[in-house]
Amino acid sequence: MEHGSFSDQSKSTFSLVDEDHTFANSVRFTLNQDPRVTFVGYSIPHPSDNRVNIRVQTTGDPAREVLKDGCQELMLMCQHVRSTFDKAVSDFKIKAAKTKTVDEDSDDDMDSE
Amino acid sequence: MEDTKYKNGDALDFIMNMSSVPSKLPENLELLRTRVLCNNDAPQHTDTIQYSGAYAALGVDNSLRLDNFCKNFKVEVKKLTDEIIEFDMIGIDPALANAFRRILIADVPTMAIERVYIANNTSLIQDEVLAHRLGLVPINADPRLFEYPENAGDEKNEKNTIVFKLHVRCPNKIGQPRITVKSGELKWLPNGSELLGENRKPNAGSQTSFSCSQDSIPQFSDNPPRPQYSDIILAKLGAGQEIELEVHAVKGIGKTHAKWSPVATAWYRMLPEVVLLKDVEDELAEELKNKCPQNVFDIEDFGSGKRRATVKNPRDCTLCRECIRGGKDWEDRVALRRVKDHFIFTIESTGALPPEALFTEAVKILEEKCERVITELS
Repeated sequence: MEHGSFSDQSKSTFSLVDEDHTFANSVRFTLNQDPRVTFVGYSIPHPSDNRVNIRVQTTGDPAREVLKDGCQELMLMCQHVRSTFDKAVSDFKIKAAKTKTVDEDSDDDMDSE
Repeated sequence: MEDTKYKNGDALDFIMNMSSVPSKLPENLELLRTRVLCNNDAPQHTDTIQYSGAYAALGVDNSLRLDNFCKNFKVEVKKLTDEIIEFDMIGIDPALANAFRRILIADVPTMAIERVYIANNTSLIQDEVLAHRLGLVPINADPRLFEYPENAGDEKNEKNTIVFKLHVRCPNKIGQPRITVKSGELKWLPNGSELLGENRKPNAGSQTSFSCSQDSIPQFSDNPPRPQYSDIILAKLGAGQEIELEVHAVKGIGKTHAKWSPVATAWYRMLPEVVLLKDVEDELAEELKNKCPQNVFDIEDFGSGKRRATVKNPRDCTLCRECIRGGKDWEDRVALRRVKDHFIFTIESTGALPPEALFTEAVKILEEKCERVITELS
C-alpha cells in the first residue's frame, strides 16, 4: 500500500504488511546507499500490528521505482552472499576431507612400522 | 543511438574514476568509519555511516555499488560440525548480518509437534504439561519436503503432517521401579493416524487423511522422521501408570512459537582489534600479559635481555577492558577496537537441518521477501 501524492511522486510512504525490522532495516540500508535517495526511514506504528511504514523521498525519481530498485539491489546482494557462502563451505569441506585422509595415511604408516 | 552508451551507471563510473575525485577518506575519518573504539568509559562511533552522501563534502562517494560489494565480500568458514558452524563474514553491513540472524531465529521453518491426542494418561504429569514438553522436542525431518498446514485448509495429509505415537506402560507389580519415558519412544507412523480404530465417537472422523504412505518419499527411506535426540525425558511412570498418545508434527516458523526455531542460538560478534599504540616493554609487558584473562598478549624477546609485548590472539578478546584499566597510562598504550564490517557468525542447529543449510535457507528467505515486495509494487 502506498501513501503519496499524485502531483509529486518523489515522496511516498509504503505500508507493508507481514514485514518487520528484518526486511525494513535491510532495505533502509540499501536505499540509503542509493544516491537518488534524500531520505529513507521506517517505523513500526504498533508492536502488535504486523506492519511497517517505509518513507522514501528522492531527488526526483518516483519513490516507488527507487524502492523497487532498492529491493532488487538487496536481492542481488543476497544472491552473492549465498553463492560466496556455499563456495566457502564446500571449499572447507574439501579441505577437511583432505586433511582427514592425510591423517589416516599417516596412521597407516605408523601401523606398518 | 549514441546515447545508449552514456547510461546512468557508466556516467557514474566515469566520474568516479576521474583522477581529481579522491577515492579514499583521510586516515582519521576512515578509522571512525570502520572501527568502534572501545574506550574505558564507553564505546564510541558505534554507528555505521550508511548515507551515500555522507562524505560528499570531501568528494568521497559512500554509495554502495554492487560490484564493489562483490569485490570486498568474503566468507571464511572456521569450524563446521553437524551441529555448529562458525564463519567470518567480511565486508557486509550490520543491517544485513542482523537480518540473517533474525531470519535464522524466527523465519526459517522446521517441523515441530503441534497437536497431541491423548488416549490415556495416568501419569503424574498433566496432559497440558506433557503436550507442551512434547512440542519442544526437536524433530529430525527435512521441512523442505513439507507444506505449511494453512495451504491445505484443515486437511491433514501426507504433505503437511508427520504422525508419531507413544505408548508406554509401567507394569503393576510390587517392587516395580519407576520407568522413565524418553523421546526415543515416539514411533513414526508413515501411514498417518491410527486413532480412528480406537475412536468410539461415531461422528468423529479420522485424524489424518493420508493418500499414500510417507514411506514412499525417497529421502525418508534411509533417514525416517524421528526425534533428533532419543534421550529427552518426557515423563516418569510409577507402577501401573500408562501414557498412550499420538502426536502430529507440522511445519511452522519460530515467529509463531519458539519450538519451530531451527537454531539453538544464532549470533554474531564483531572482530576485536587490539592495537599497542606504544612499545610496551619489560615489566610493563609482563604486567600487560598477566592483566588479560583471555591471554591475548604475548611477550617477544628481541635479544640483549629486552622484551616487548605483542598481540597474539586478538580474536579471543572479549573486550573486558581489563588491559586498559589502571589509569590514563594504560589507555594510551592499548587501543581496543572492533571492526564494523567483520562478523564472527555462529549458528547452532537443533538438528533438523545442518547449520550450513540453515544459513543458505535464511538468505533465500530474505530474497523471497524482496521478491514479494517487488511484485506488490509492480
